[in-house]
Amino acid sequence: MSTATTHDEHHDHGAPSGLMRWVKTTNHKDIGTLYLWFAFIMLMVGGAMAMVIRAELFQPGMQIVDPNFFNTMTTMHGLIMVFGAIMPGMVGLANWQIPMMIGAPDMALPRMNNWSFWILPFAGTMLMSTLLMEGGGPAFGWTFYAPLSTTFAPASTDFFIFAVHMLGFSSIMGAINIIATVLNMRAPGMTLMKMPMFVWTWFITAFLLIAVMPVLAGVVTMMLTDRNFGTSFFDAAGGGDPVLFQHVFWFFGHPEVYIMILPAFGVISEIIPTFARKKLFGYSSMVYATASIAFLSFIVYAHHMFTTGMPVAGELYFMYATVMIAVPTAVKVFNWTATMWRGAMTFETPMLWAIAFVFLFTIGGFTGLMMGVAPTDMQYHDTYFIVAHFHYVLVTGALFAIIAAFYYWAPKWTGHMVDERLGKIHFWWSVISVNVLFFPQHFIGLAGMPRRIPDYSLQFADWNMISSLGGFAFGLAQVFFIFVVIKTIRGGKAATEQVWEGAHGLEWTIPSPAPYHTFETAPEVK
Amino acid sequence: MFAKTLRRTLCSLWGSLVLLGAGPAFAGYSDTLNLREGVTDISHKVFDLHMLIFWICVVVCVGVFAVLIYSIMTHRKSKGAVPATFHESTTIEIIWTTIPFLVLVAMAVPATTTLLALEDTRDSDMSIQVTGYQWKWKYDYLDEDISFFSVLTTPREQIEGAAEKGENYLQEVDNPVVVPINKKIRFLITSNDVIHSWWVPDLGWKQDAVPGFINDAWTELKEPGLYRGKCAELCGKDHGFMPIVLVAKTEEDYAAWVAEQKGAAAAAADAATQTLTMDELMTKGESTYNTTCAACHQANGQGIPGVFPAIAGGAIATGEVAGHIDIVVNGKAGTAMQAFGEQLGAVDLAAVITYQRNAFGNDSGDMVQPADVAAAK
Repeated sequence: MSTATTHDEHHDHGAPSGLMRWVKTTNHKDIGTLYLWFAFIMLMVGGAMAMVIRAELFQPGMQIVDPNFFNTMTTMHGLIMVFGAIMPGMVGLANWQIPMMIGAPDMALPRMNNWSFWILPFAGTMLMSTLLMEGGGPAFGWTFYAPLSTTFAPASTDFFIFAVHMLGFSSIMGAINIIATVLNMRAPGMTLMKMPMFVWTWFITAFLLIAVMPVLAGVVTMMLTDRNFGTSFFDAAGGGDPVLFQHVFWFFGHPEVYIMILPAFGVISEIIPTFARKKLFGYSSMVYATASIAFLSFIVYAHHMFTTGMPVAGELYFMYATVMIAVPTAVKVFNWTATMWRGAMTFETPMLWAIAFVFLFTIGGFTGLMMGVAPTDMQYHDTYFIVAHFHYVLVTGALFAIIAAFYYWAPKWTGHMVDERLGKIHFWWSVISVNVLFFPQHFIGLAGMPRRIPDYSLQFADWNMISSLGGFAFGLAQVFFIFVVIKTIRGGKAATEQVWEGAHGLEWTIPSPAPYHTFETAPEVK
Repeated sequence: MFAKTLRRTLCSLWGSLVLLGAGPAFAGYSDTLNLREGVTDISHKVFDLHMLIFWICVVVCVGVFAVLIYSIMTHRKSKGAVPATFHESTTIEIIWTTIPFLVLVAMAVPATTTLLALEDTRDSDMSIQVTGYQWKWKYDYLDEDISFFSVLTTPREQIEGAAEKGENYLQEVDNPVVVPINKKIRFLITSNDVIHSWWVPDLGWKQDAVPGFINDAWTELKEPGLYRGKCAELCGKDHGFMPIVLVAKTEEDYAAWVAEQKGAAAAAADAATQTLTMDELMTKGESTYNTTCAACHQANGQGIPGVFPAIAGGAIATGEVAGHIDIVVNGKAGTAMQAFGEQLGAVDLAAVITYQRNAFGNDSGDMVQPADVAAAK
């Protein structure tokens, strides 16, 4: 408290007003807010596309869109949710929280921070503009396998490639900033092993980003030259190999899924101890488990490719390596369980989302284990079973963690407590509908429905209809969330400094709302 | 025997578990809830492995959830719980790292044996080459000199909702791939354009069809029957509309089918020499157009701007006849336009080219005969 600098003491450093405040800002809190709003808008856009998908799949037959546009929707939905909603959402949390949690006045590289955000709206706009181009937007799935995405793709694909490059720049700069901040800006006394779990998970995630975003840039550049400059990286007719695309893509793509989930682990590891009023169980094993998961993510990627005709030795290796990820992941779940065990729990809205995360992420983890086993994956691969799996880890995992983080930290950001009644309505509405939406997809996937099809045979009709109904309800629940967010920003019960009774950490020592500049004098951590 | 009984029991247990959850409204739907057991040794092995891992997951999941739920119910502040202060225990952390590891090692054993059996394509009795096309399959019987395409037969009216959907909606084709039982059949799987994936769930595997490369897989069926599957890898616009139908026949029935196919090939060669009237060409051409061309160039010949060129008023359909024949027969490299010379007979090619030159307001009056096409082939 004494270390926090309040607004009143530094009039000249207050928030400027007007639009240019947001364009020119180098303040980590402003940039965090921009990231979070961008992610929220993209969540709505990607969600609207999901509604189109679920509406078309509501019953057999082609009713609403044509097959090509359906493919465009599944592609854009995936790209926007991954690169537009989840990743920027997590970066927004990092921007707001990391300086406040390590006692730093701002991010280490504030101008680059501004740039890495402001690339995003342009990249997003360029990506979405492809929908209006002749030939339509990208329609080859978010994994954009060659040669469907090279020789056989619409002209707009080059815009998609450029948008991916820009998103990559943004992510790499964001990651450099986080690493520089964590390594250089920690308050005196805050050793690495005293850092909050959220900071640790983001620190590790940033290394993943720096390692794999250039790989993504490489693979889209190879696409670009295949499409326009006569190379044949992925064209067998010219001596290339379409499967090479998948090797390079998944070398990025597998760490990418951990980029989306590791910060979520961090959020949950902050929330559960607060509401259990008990220290996080096994802090150091959490750190090691996170690092192990990050390391393993580089050497298991080809489990996405069991059906491509890999040699059997490769299949065995990737199967063994993949199932090993279950060990550190299990350690995490056990640690959260042990943290709750013999605590004194209360169930405010953030805790409800965190608990739902633990339950539902565990289900997604188990289906992941099932798919890591190569011979059974021969059946599961490219069906709705995997659609169910990755939505359990990405929606009830990563997205639930971002929502939990909003309910947890919003009082610090806005100075207003979130209306508990509305938060709980949002929670129960979402958690029930999301299971109606995704749980039946396990059934239709096992029964044999491939993913990415606009129309299906009649045995899948009932579960698809139920899934669609769940989807519409879940979509509406997130529209309701907009209302909750705006209401919280505009008013509500004043939040105290500590906000939550069991909260510990530097961010809970500064006033709520957090002043525009915090920790200009570094706090002492004992 | 015991394993089989156990499997059945566990499966029905899983079924009833799900039904309990879903309520009586869905009784009778249990065959749409779980993986298909399939009809081959391999598919049974894969299914057993699936159920084994599934039950391991269920047991662990129930254990963890039980602890969580107990804790949530009991260790509440509102019940006067006082937080404990423990936050680490090396012993317990070593235990709960080791146990999952051992469970995984135990699981890896049956997984490895199943995978090795699944991938062992040696000593096959016959080979069938499967080639994926946008959006159909081609089957070449390498030992029999039989070759044909297999295309979806579900009428467009059913897809668009103008007619009631049949029982095998989107799961029916004109020419199923026919195989004999009790033979180890090796499938050589490749593609002509983009990546497809050949998947009949009852066989227990899927295998990607990669252009320029040949993957192999095998099966051995024990009972005659009809098995349905689908393309499993996104391959463009009509990915959802290229099913697979596999028919297994007894050895005698299979031999009869082979003889029939060879007779049909000879008849088609004879037909290539005949001369057709305009009406015949137009009628035949329209039906060929709708099954073969309309997926891209659209039923009204307008194409999709920027992706698939229009036939109506199109430069090729209104230009030189020879150029038109050339592009239909030989395709256009680097685009989705395939070489239809290998897919369609001379009669169908002549008819469809005639149709394209005279329908959609093109009205050129040109007639193309099978002999013209045969000359260009």
